[in-house]
Amino acid sequence: MIDPVAAASVSRRHFLAGGGALIVSFSLLPRLLCAQENDRNADAEQAKGPLPGSLKDEPMLDSWIRIDADGSVIVFTGKAELGQGIKTAFIQVAAEELSVDFNRINLITADTQRTPNEGYTAGSHSMQDSGTAIMNAAAQVREILVGLAARRFDISADRLTVQNGEVRAEDGRRLGYGELVGGQQLHVRAQASSKLKDPRTHSIVGKPVERVDIPGKVTGGVSYVQDLRLPGMVHARVVRPPSPGARLAMMDTGAADKMPGVLKIIRDGNYIAVIAEREFQAVTAMRALATAASWEERPTLPAQDDIYSLIQRLPSQDTAILDTRTMLGAGTRTMEATYRRPYQMHGSIGPSCAVALFRDGALTVWTHSQGVYPLRKAIAEMLRLPAERVRCVHMEGSGCYGHNAADDAGADAALIANAFPGRPVRVQWMREEEHTSEPYGPAMITKARAALDGDGIVADWQYEVWSNTHSTRPGPAGYLASAQLLQTPFTPPPPTPIPQPEGGGDRNAIPLYKFRNARIVHHFVPSMPLRVSALRSLGAYMNIFSIESFVDELAKAAGADPVEIRLRHMEDPRARDVIRTAAERFGWAAYQPRKGRGRGFAFARYKNLGAYVAVAFEVEVEGESGRVSVARAMAAVDSGQAVNPDGIRNQIEGGILQSLSWSLYESVTFDSMRITSRDWSSYPILRFSAVPERIDVHVIDRPGQPFLGTGEAAQGPTAACLANAVADATGVRIRELPLTSKRVKAAIGV
Amino acid sequence: MITLNVNGQPRQVDADPATPLLYVLRDHLELNGAKFGCGVGQCGACTVMVDGEAIFSCITPVSVLRDRQIKTIEGLGTIDNPGPLQRAFIEEQAAQCGYCIAGMIMRAQALLEKNPSASEAEIRETLSPNLCRCGTHMRILRAVGRAARAMQNTSTGNTKGSDP
Repeated sequence: MIDPVAAASVSRRHFLAGGGALIVSFSLLPRLLCAQENDRNADAEQAKGPLPGSLKDEPMLDSWIRIDADGSVIVFTGKAELGQGIKTAFIQVAAEELSVDFNRINLITADTQRTPNEGYTAGSHSMQDSGTAIMNAAAQVREILVGLAARRFDISADRLTVQNGEVRAEDGRRLGYGELVGGQQLHVRAQASSKLKDPRTHSIVGKPVERVDIPGKVTGGVSYVQDLRLPGMVHARVVRPPSPGARLAMMDTGAADKMPGVLKIIRDGNYIAVIAEREFQAVTAMRALATAASWEERPTLPAQDDIYSLIQRLPSQDTAILDTRTMLGAGTRTMEATYRRPYQMHGSIGPSCAVALFRDGALTVWTHSQGVYPLRKAIAEMLRLPAERVRCVHMEGSGCYGHNAADDAGADAALIANAFPGRPVRVQWMREEEHTSEPYGPAMITKARAALDGDGIVADWQYEVWSNTHSTRPGPAGYLASAQLLQTPFTPPPPTPIPQPEGGGDRNAIPLYKFRNARIVHHFVPSMPLRVSALRSLGAYMNIFSIESFVDELAKAAGADPVEIRLRHMEDPRARDVIRTAAERFGWAAYQPRKGRGRGFAFARYKNLGAYVAVAFEVEVEGESGRVSVARAMAAVDSGQAVNPDGIRNQIEGGILQSLSWSLYESVTFDSMRITSRDWSSYPILRFSAVPERIDVHVIDRPGQPFLGTGEAAQGPTAACLANAVADATGVRIRELPLTSKRVKAAIGV
Repeated sequence: MITLNVNGQPRQVDADPATPLLYVLRDHLELNGAKFGCGVGQCGACTVMVDGEAIFSCITPVSVLRDRQIKTIEGLGTIDNPGPLQRAFIEEQAAQCGYCIAGMIMRAQALLEKNPSASEAEIRETLSPNLCRCGTHMRILRAVGRAARAMQNTSTGNTKGSDP
């Protein structure tokens, strides 16, 4: 299946060029150019305008789509399947625009030797960037094929149709795509505009197609990098320092060296790893080494109960990301509130894993990293190899939900394989490593202040957010956990904020509501008390929790209905649609209050650029214990053109449940020395016993509209909706996450 | 050498008797279904069946498994001929990353073999030791319910058990 010997030294250009490929020149493509002139009335400026999606960075069509002489179609994407179903959606888009059978398309995902460089699979960008590129490339390839057929048939291109991988003429003549290209490559630069199909004619886009990866996953297939077995493969484990900043004082490797199956013990500064023939032999030897090692530890962590104050005290770079205030002192009734969110972890069920092989001076790493190109750069820097000698190939891992330890495990495999050339090395982290060493979602604090006028309109809105960075992803080797432990360590570069409009800590800090006077300040705090990075939705989770909680507080003060006050301040018609749809389907207007129960509502458009999501929950609060459970959840989502509506539903359902888990239970704990959230008992998450009775997701399809990123869109609204429902049920507003039983019980004072 | 009975086949394994079953399944027998999740019986990703009971294979040494019937997800069906639970999980699209799913299916299989008419409350209760991080819970519950109905429809007799 995978040829480990496929030399990493072969460059991608060489791979793409293949053997004896021909270049299709534009002179062969009258139809394409003609079509653009006639159908789109494209002026020269537009033809040279920005290319759609990731075609901007990878403009050659054969970077995205290849048609072989046998008519098989290969589609390439630089994005990775993370369990979000993206492979299936990409194949749908390509099959639609190419008019070929879904099952005839072979999709190749993120691989530095084979696919375009699309950076990270992150930020709910996959459909917008890669889906858009594939859709347009497929449409343009189809038009090229029609042009080629027109020449072969000597017939006008507009008298040709495409169907099932063939170009057909009215007189019955037909040619398959494979015959048309005859093995030559469509090495053609993409055009700015494409002749996309009319959405009304779509036969596969917009349909709930079954995901291509699920059958293998439920029958024990090789579905994950954890399942990859290469000939001669050995197993490794890392002995992780027990605390941040710990230094190895002494380690007697004698006992471990003699253990069965042990092949090599690696020590490089504070980095220790062991290689063995069998996996459990590696685990056993790692445990022996962990016992044998003595570490000098020092208290580097802050006091947990002081963390929010600390984040506000640390030096910050302050930016007013919005200031529309023209009328100071507007409004008559002023309110203020402070919200808090702790460190939270990705908590992948499968600890991170990678396989690497160093052979003939070149390294191949199979990894579930979200960014194979950036990881290649980091590994090349760490090992002082030219980037061309390193190949990173994506294989699925356990769901990551952002920057977990995937890259760190990739770096481990690279370091260990580099020290043990010739045989593939598989390394998987242990549960405790994943819990204590992954980069967490940062603790954050926000302050909201608003003034209402006499009509219950927000006349002034001020909002501040304090946060660390939300991205310490490689690229730089210094961001790899293990690179920091080496004898000659790599140090992380100073963090920089992710700029608006996407933002990092300030993602979604600007409300979509029309508030007459608004000022939003982002306090970017460079110094990181704990290692942090991107957790699904970044700062949006906290900012939406804060804003949407505060809007409910304002509604209460104004005596307004929570749904009505949102509509009152919302102009965007698509936002109004999801708000109204979620409210109606929930039965908001006819809701009958019951003791111990409450309802909540929340809305956001992810990044103010992606999918629109509104949610409504009914919760039950047990007075005795403070235990909160969600009885039912209703969501409405507008993701633009819905490629796979069931995929969208799955993402929103999953986002709601994951965010409920974060918001009900999750907070990383630590003492002055060590992380104390070491497993699922010290960091509990949602279990089946606490899952809602039902969740309904209504997808508002917008055929022909751009794809809007969806994967992270439910995280923020869910947190706020939960807090709003608890406030409705108990009359008490809780502004600090998570809403644990203990916190709720304390707040309601029973 | 230890002889284990896995999915109805005797398998000779050269492993230290203290080795947890999970490592033997994955590393020696090259079966992918059971997954390493926590190694301490807290997440259920490694769940397989032994003599009809769902167990955590990550904490069960092979030394205690002689003469016992071990069943993994590979024993329920194949990609071309999936078993009722596998089929139901495909039909309900009950996976996101899917890493936890084999464990979910094996715990559900153990339940439905004993009680094909298990109620939703029983299904929830039974699956509670198994963690899912993607939030696929609703679909997993639907899939297990669907498989239960399919298994009842194809079974000839035993319909005792609680009312759904």
